[in-house]
Amino acid sequence: MASDSGNAATLTAQPPSRSWLYRNRIKLAPWMFLAPGLIFFFIYVIAPIFQSIWISFYDWDGLGPKQWVGMANYVELMDDDRFFTSLINNIWWLVLYMLAVPAGLGIALFLNQTVTGIRLYKSLFFFPFVISQVVVGLIFTWFYNPDFGIVGIVWNFFGATPPAILADEDLVTFGIIFAGLWPQIAYCMILYLTGLNNVSPDQVEAGRLDNASGWKMLWFIILPQLKPATFIAIVVTVIGALRSFDLIAVMTGGGPYGSSNVLAYYMFETALSEYGFRYGYGSAIATVLFLIMLVYISFFLWRMYQDEKG
Amino acid sequence: MFNTLKKSAAALAIASLISAPAMAGDLSIIFDDLNPAPKAGFEAAVEKFKAANPDINVTVSINDREAHKTAIRNFLSAEAPDITTWYPGNRMAPFVNAGQFEDVSDVWEAEGFSDSLASTKSAMTIDDKQWGVPYTYYQWGIYYRPDVFEAQGVEVPKNWEELLAASAKLKEAGITPITIGTKDLWPIAGVFDYLNLRTNGYDVHNDLTAGKIKYSDPRIVAVFEKWRELVEPGYFLENHATMSWQDAMAPFIKGEAAMYVMGNFAVESMRDGGLTDEQIGFMPFPEITPGIARAEEAPTDAFFIPAKAKNKVDARKFLAFIAQPDIQTEWNKTIGQLPINKNSEVSDDKFLQAGFETLSTANGLAQFYDRDAPAEMAKAGMEGFQEFMIKPERLEKILQRLDKVQARVYK
Repeated sequence: MASDSGNAATLTAQPPSRSWLYRNRIKLAPWMFLAPGLIFFFIYVIAPIFQSIWISFYDWDGLGPKQWVGMANYVELMDDDRFFTSLINNIWWLVLYMLAVPAGLGIALFLNQTVTGIRLYKSLFFFPFVISQVVVGLIFTWFYNPDFGIVGIVWNFFGATPPAILADEDLVTFGIIFAGLWPQIAYCMILYLTGLNNVSPDQVEAGRLDNASGWKMLWFIILPQLKPATFIAIVVTVIGALRSFDLIAVMTGGGPYGSSNVLAYYMFETALSEYGFRYGYGSAIATVLFLIMLVYISFFLWRMYQDEKG
Repeated sequence: MFNTLKKSAAALAIASLISAPAMAGDLSIIFDDLNPAPKAGFEAAVEKFKAANPDINVTVSINDREAHKTAIRNFLSAEAPDITTWYPGNRMAPFVNAGQFEDVSDVWEAEGFSDSLASTKSAMTIDDKQWGVPYTYYQWGIYYRPDVFEAQGVEVPKNWEELLAASAKLKEAGITPITIGTKDLWPIAGVFDYLNLRTNGYDVHNDLTAGKIKYSDPRIVAVFEKWRELVEPGYFLENHATMSWQDAMAPFIKGEAAMYVMGNFAVESMRDGGLTDEQIGFMPFPEITPGIARAEEAPTDAFFIPAKAKNKVDARKFLAFIAQPDIQTEWNKTIGQLPINKNSEVSDDKFLQAGFETLSTANGLAQFYDRDAPAEMAKAGMEGFQEFMIKPERLEKILQRLDKVQARVYK
């Protein structure tokens, strides 16, 4: 004790020889470690958000001078059929993609048994998550082909004319969502499998003693313990649905005539694709997408805050 | 410590400034086709250029075509090469208007290209100046299966009525008259262009793509009415919206489809698919309005000098070089297309001979809908055509939408 205070005394006794940097090193150290991350986060995440919102008030092709047009891009959006098609498709994606969460849970529960060879089945169920979205898109494009795809073969077997799913404006979005669900279900399943590892056997045992079984066991004992896994599963599914892009690019390119577009792809098309280069208009679409995300992110942050508060 | 860092950074910056212009004699070229034949043709031409100009150190980078289309905007304004490939017509307009391409009228003047490259001069010209030098083009038209035609007793159609009659006969025999894949949109523009060129002629095509005629104009509506005569009886391949142009080749090769409105590059795929030259025929798109001057589609590829190029002197040498008759002869033999220099020789390939005959007797050459119209209009237009082919009953709504887009794009 005594020597401690003595040390402190010597430290404070000679301030002029120590720099300000040295004196505040404990406070500064974490910031210095954080600095590279913070700088890059600001440059590559925060700044572009504002930049993009800023550009959305301009008419700009990326080469010539920017021209201030105020809200004109947004006014044009309100009168753009393609934009509303994309918006509605985005909502379909959000709603139907959510099926991945219960489906993933179901498969996880099914696989969470001790049976010989279950590891093999588990790894087979992991499989769709491992392959790239682009490959998933290609595979399903073949499946859906009415001439040589499996859909066509099955339909023909029953003597029916197969639908051209990817050429039909009413079916195409659902066809792509279905393809997207395949890896997404596997993703949710993995999250739930890890969650199930942490389910306390004591509580299950206690539940059994109290005569809980089947749905009751699932609903009152297992699911509450899976809450963190459910939370993550919903978050990644919503984000996955909102930024759905690769499947659409591979399977239809937004076609036929824009009917399978979603906001993310429409933004890419208008801003960056071969026929696009309207940065202002693309940024306006990006801003709308960002606002949708913002609502959702705020909601979840608020929920998290409420939970933490208890 | 900070001071020394600053100093060395400044020194570095100055050094890089000095070294950049000091590299005269270096010539960097960006080419945009990785496919074997185009790549070989380009590389052979570069080798010859090197041999003729041993003092110039040529560096070449070759991009994928689609990647090039997006990359060019960045490298033109940031780190420009001395030469790049691009397309003439309206596709070069944004770069010309933004001052990103070098005016090369002097090369045209000095080399007498106005005469030897006359067929594409108008496509290379904006504001009475030439902005690049073309090295190749190719014909579009209808490729058909003579053996299938013969088996069904169908004659090669010369006009619209004969085309409809031939299609009806083929359809009855269970053969798709015309194959097409519209997933990538552009193949559909070829069909529209030909219907328009044959119904209304070259000037209407140019006025439409220049935004001088509305899509709801009676002349354009007439094009769609002709088109309807093919769409409604189901003369086009079903499910075309799910297929790329290569996918749509399969029924043609199998003999399940008899005709294909395509560019000459398709011949290579047909041969690869196992068809002999006797099984492939080429005909110009049949006449629709009798007596109208015949115009053809002939997309052109060209080289340009970016405004920010460092070595414009040698770049001009290269442009002058690639338009020479013997270079174009050799190059186009390799890639199976037509040389633009009128003093070049056309390869003795039967399709190229047919194409040369078709193009050299044409009254006008169109660049293709999506190169003649501004990109944004082209996209909306081709989507509209696709929608029309699937839902022909929506024509009125489609045309109204195109008018709306047009009003905005050409303001």
